Amino acid sequence: MNRFDYVRAETLGAAIGAEGALLAGGTNLLDLMKIGVATPDRLIDISRLPLDRIEQSGGGLRIGAMVRNAEIARDPQVLARYPALAEALLSGASAQLRNAATTGGNVMQATRCSYFQDPLSPCNRREPGSGCGALGGATRNHAVLGWTEGCIAVHPSDMCVALAAYDAVVEITGPGGLREVAMEEFHPLPDADGAGKPPLMPGEIITHIRLPDPGALARNARYVKLRERTSFAFAIVSAAAALAIEDGVITEARLALGGVAARPWRCRKAEEALKGQPASAESFARAAELATEGARPSGDNAAKTPLAQRIALRALERAAAGTPERLPALPASVFAGDDNG
Amino acid sequence: MDDLMNMQGQGHVRLGSSAGQALTRRDGMLKVTGAATYAADNRPDGLLHAVLATAGIAKGRVTHLDVAAAEAHPGVVKVYTPANAPRTALSPDEKIHPFVWRMETLTDDSVRYAGQPIALVLAETLEAAAEGARLLAPRYEAEVPRVTLDDAEPFETDTTAFGRPAGHASGDVDAARSGAARHVTATVETSQQYHNAIEPHAITARWDGDRLEIDTPNQAIGLSKQTFAAFLGIDPSQILLRSPFLGGGFGSKAILYGGQLLAILAARDLGRPVKLVLRRDQMYGPVGHRAPTRQSLQIDLDAEGNIAALEHDTVTLTSTFDQFLESASNASHSLYAAPNLRTSHHGRRADVGTPGPMRAPGEAPGSAALEIAMDAAAQAAGMDPLEFRLKNYAETDPSTGMAFSSKGLRDCYTEAAKLFGWAERSAAPRSMRQGRLLKGWGMGTAQFPCPMFQAAAHATLRADGTAVIETSAADMGQGAWTALAQIAADGLGIDIDKVEFRSGHSDLPDAGVAGGSGHTATAGTALFNAGADAVRQLAELATNDPASPLFGAGNAGVTARSGRLYRNDDERSEPYEDILARAGLDLVRGEGKGAREGEPDRAMFSHGAVFAEVLVDPDLGQVRVSRLIGAFAAGRIVNPRLARSQLLGGMIWGIGMALQEEAVHDRRSGRLTNADLAGYHVPVNADVPMIEALTVHEDDPYVNALGIKGVGEIGVTGTVGAIGNAVWHATGIQPTRLPIHPESLI
Ligand SMILES: Cc1cc2nc3c(=O)[nH]c(=O)nc-3n(C[C@H](O)[C@H](O)[C@H](O)COP(=O)(O)OP(=O)(O)OC[C@H]3O[C@@H](n4cnc5c(N)ncnc54)[C@H](O)[C@@H]3O)c2cc1C
Ligand code: SF4
Repeated sequence: MNRFDYVRAETLGAAIGAEGALLAGGTNLLDLMKIGVATPDRLIDISRLPLDRIEQSGGGLRIGAMVRNAEIARDPQVLARYPALAEALLSGASAQLRNAATTGGNVMQATRCSYFQDPLSPCNRREPGSGCGALGGATRNHAVLGWTEGCIAVHPSDMCVALAAYDAVVEITGPGGLREVAMEEFHPLPDADGAGKPPLMPGEIITHIRLPDPGALARNARYVKLRERTSFAFAIVSAAAALAIEDGVITEARLALGGVAARPWRCRKAEEALKGQPASAESFARAAELATEGARPSGDNAAKTPLAQRIALRALERAAAGTPERLPALPASVFAGDDNG
Repeated sequence: MDDLMNMQGQGHVRLGSSAGQALTRRDGMLKVTGAATYAADNRPDGLLHAVLATAGIAKGRVTHLDVAAAEAHPGVVKVYTPANAPRTALSPDEKIHPFVWRMETLTDDSVRYAGQPIALVLAETLEAAAEGARLLAPRYEAEVPRVTLDDAEPFETDTTAFGRPAGHASGDVDAARSGAARHVTATVETSQQYHNAIEPHAITARWDGDRLEIDTPNQAIGLSKQTFAAFLGIDPSQILLRSPFLGGGFGSKAILYGGQLLAILAARDLGRPVKLVLRRDQMYGPVGHRAPTRQSLQIDLDAEGNIAALEHDTVTLTSTFDQFLESASNASHSLYAAPNLRTSHHGRRADVGTPGPMRAPGEAPGSAALEIAMDAAAQAAGMDPLEFRLKNYAETDPSTGMAFSSKGLRDCYTEAAKLFGWAERSAAPRSMRQGRLLKGWGMGTAQFPCPMFQAAAHATLRADGTAVIETSAADMGQGAWTALAQIAADGLGIDIDKVEFRSGHSDLPDAGVAGGSGHTATAGTALFNAGADAVRQLAELATNDPASPLFGAGNAGVTARSGRLYRNDDERSEPYEDILARAGLDLVRGEGKGAREGEPDRAMFSHGAVFAEVLVDPDLGQVRVSRLIGAFAAGRIVNPRLARSQLLGGMIWGIGMALQEEAVHDRRSGRLTNADLAGYHVPVNADVPMIEALTVHEDDPYVNALGIKGVGEIGVTGTVGAIGNAVWHATGIQPTRLPIHPESLI
């Protein structure tokens, strides 16, 4: 590990505009430093900033960037009104990691693209202009949507997929003041030559995530995640679905996919197609097909597109069946449904 | 179930009250309180930290290392490269015994596999050494590597792993085949796998004049001491090797590697103790792995469903510089009654580190393929998988014609099938459901040989009635500290609480290798014999001493129990303490050996039957093992708790091999893309919903006097095939590649 300075930011003001890498829970950044992918000269520890609360805000919630993933997942408000967010969080990493990982860090966590993690491989995301080492390599886990030859990586977060479905907004503070970006668009898609511009400008910090009032979406929301290992594994594909259903008719629908693109993938077309339709198998099947419109394999990952459609379908079906009273023991698991006896 | 668990098989030696008890680990408290010291926990004064720099290419040459930058880094003390590395006494390629792989000790600039050590950096702190290694920023002249079965260079060979013959033929396969009613073929590929012991390979080396002290986790303490001595050019008596606890080995810590020698040589060169601990990613290169296999089987059946001929061929990889071929085809040698049998192995050379023994080497992938082929054959014969296996039950070892020393496999089938409920299975694929999920039931037969190695032990009875037992056993977590002490206590005829066990270092009598599932049998036999020898000496003292109540009991004999000797001809007895006190002795010391005498004239195996239930999501292809039940016939069970834990561990390993474990290479660079525990998946608790391992009674008077077989590896065999067959039954898709990916099932 390279030598670096360590400073602790006691106030938000001290963190804004500070030069160096922000250190929150450290579960991602420190790993990247150990393998030589991140080589900051200076760490600014923001883990003690007073951004560690979940507050009511305009009918919704405002989650501080330092709130630990585990705390969000057990927050009564979240469980009652944003159950797909809790389920997504509990499906990620391990209990120990969730106790350490922060909201801001989860949003900003790096891709798990193994070529990004290997300093000996070219990687436009790590070293702009060096090329994409993944193209033509072992790409079973790479993107099928929104990719370019500049970068085919996926964003690994489960939490962000649920946040995108709930229309969450990222609150950012920087030297230039405050700005807000929809979660759905926070992670830039790659451009022709590379991974796209970074989501934050130097000196900026995520302070909060704002969740609008879910309204009737609260009752019918689920997250489903496909993976070979039942826990402690990133998604092959995943989906968050939330529905508002009145008299068997869908009045509002949200659908987002994980594991398919460099950002959580909101499926707007599918959502549109569901609106006003009966909450039926046919409606969901049509929506699931629309969910991956434009998908194409970026390597040996052609199976991801049908899998993404099917995980979307499963999430919609589960959401329509209603959020269970308690989250299942294997959150988001394919095997945790009421739909399998 | 409890009754079954507690039934104890016996050899022709009657053990006392200790063996057979489900004692908890004697070292458990040390481990849960952190008091157990592992090699890397040692911090001798003046310690230097070493970090290996490893190759980023798989084939070619190192053209430049920025030694100056590394040496300029604060805290860095020394950088060893091929230009200045201290030399071993033997060539790195010297094979002084069959368990020596090339010792990569920086002798030249060539790179033979990704992750090969290319330099060693010594520094005052671990951080400085790590940064020094990074600053070396190697440059290379790279060649195109070959790392997969498809690319690698074929070669022919007469031998497979451990020098076994690469092929076998008995009967006349071709003739039998041409007369057979049905021909069934199956191909199964298995992945490259890594041991993934949680404790990384580590060594702390310290010289005190000519005397070398080494702390390193090791599965073969005696042999390793000899090997170190030979490569260092010193006498084995100069070395003390300590390995009291291993955080998992699975075969990878049975083989030495060059990094250990480099650390020792650096310590000598610099006059300071040196510690080298591999980084997690460095565990995926220089310290062995299980090679991938591509196996083809043909089973030819007569009209009644009897196996007329069985053929099993394996293609597998080794490195370009050493030969270790995963002997997968050998799994077909002794399991089913194949009157005509042919097996073969074909090697390919690739730019990878040398593979090595990994839990059930050969047997694990071989059994997986064989069991899948057996289900294919059962289907062709129109028979239930269990019925088919029973029909082709081998009463004698088909490859040698020898009788089995014991074979409780029928009981395993019966007990496990009953507990599982196998009789309720519906034959057709995709015919069982649970809600929307497909349910599949599959089975496999487990088998593992019962080798014995060479061990020696001492057992000393002391004047106060306690005892010390001594042998350099290796406890990798399997429970040697406990199970061996139980056997020794019975050999001594005293309570186990009075037994002090000295183990895990090389100044003790050699306990042989902890591998091949033969450690308990081998070291246990030595300890038992040592105890019996001590008791024999006591008996001689007592029966010849007119003052003893045992005087003159020599003809009828005496029995040792609970620290006393009892006459066999009447009630009288005497405690050990009194015998020693009257003789004016502080102690008597017994010696014992453990080994198999002569060439065995029986086939010696543990057996088992594993039944698996899987649920498969038909749309998403995700598989969940919902039930896993095994019954094992493994001779005398020394400690049911530890044995069960070994068997369950093996079965869980099988879940990983069937569904998760796989090293993925980038074929262009030859580097692994998942060289860490986040990317290389092994099962977690949530993958193991319901699992049980039974043991059935088995009395084996031939395998050794104690009747002990082994339980360390057999759990892997049978299980992988059972899960594969369950997936096949659930989905109708015959597995051809392990691990089974969701994509292959939709
Ligand atoms: C083995 C393993 C398995 C995992 N499995 C999963 C999984 O299944 N699903 C999943 O979603 N995740 C998973 N994770 C990832 C985990 O969720 C992230 O590591 C974690 O959320 C990062 O949060 P942190 O607070 O530790 O971030 P840090 O490591 O502290 O920071 C990560 C990045 O975010 C930046 N950052 C942190 N806070 C802010 C802020 N407020 N403003 C701006 N930038 C900021 C840092 O500078 C850094 O670049 C896994 C991680 C590991 C190690
Ligand atoms: S896919 Fe993206 S992150 Fe991965 S190597 Fe290519 S550019 Fe880098």
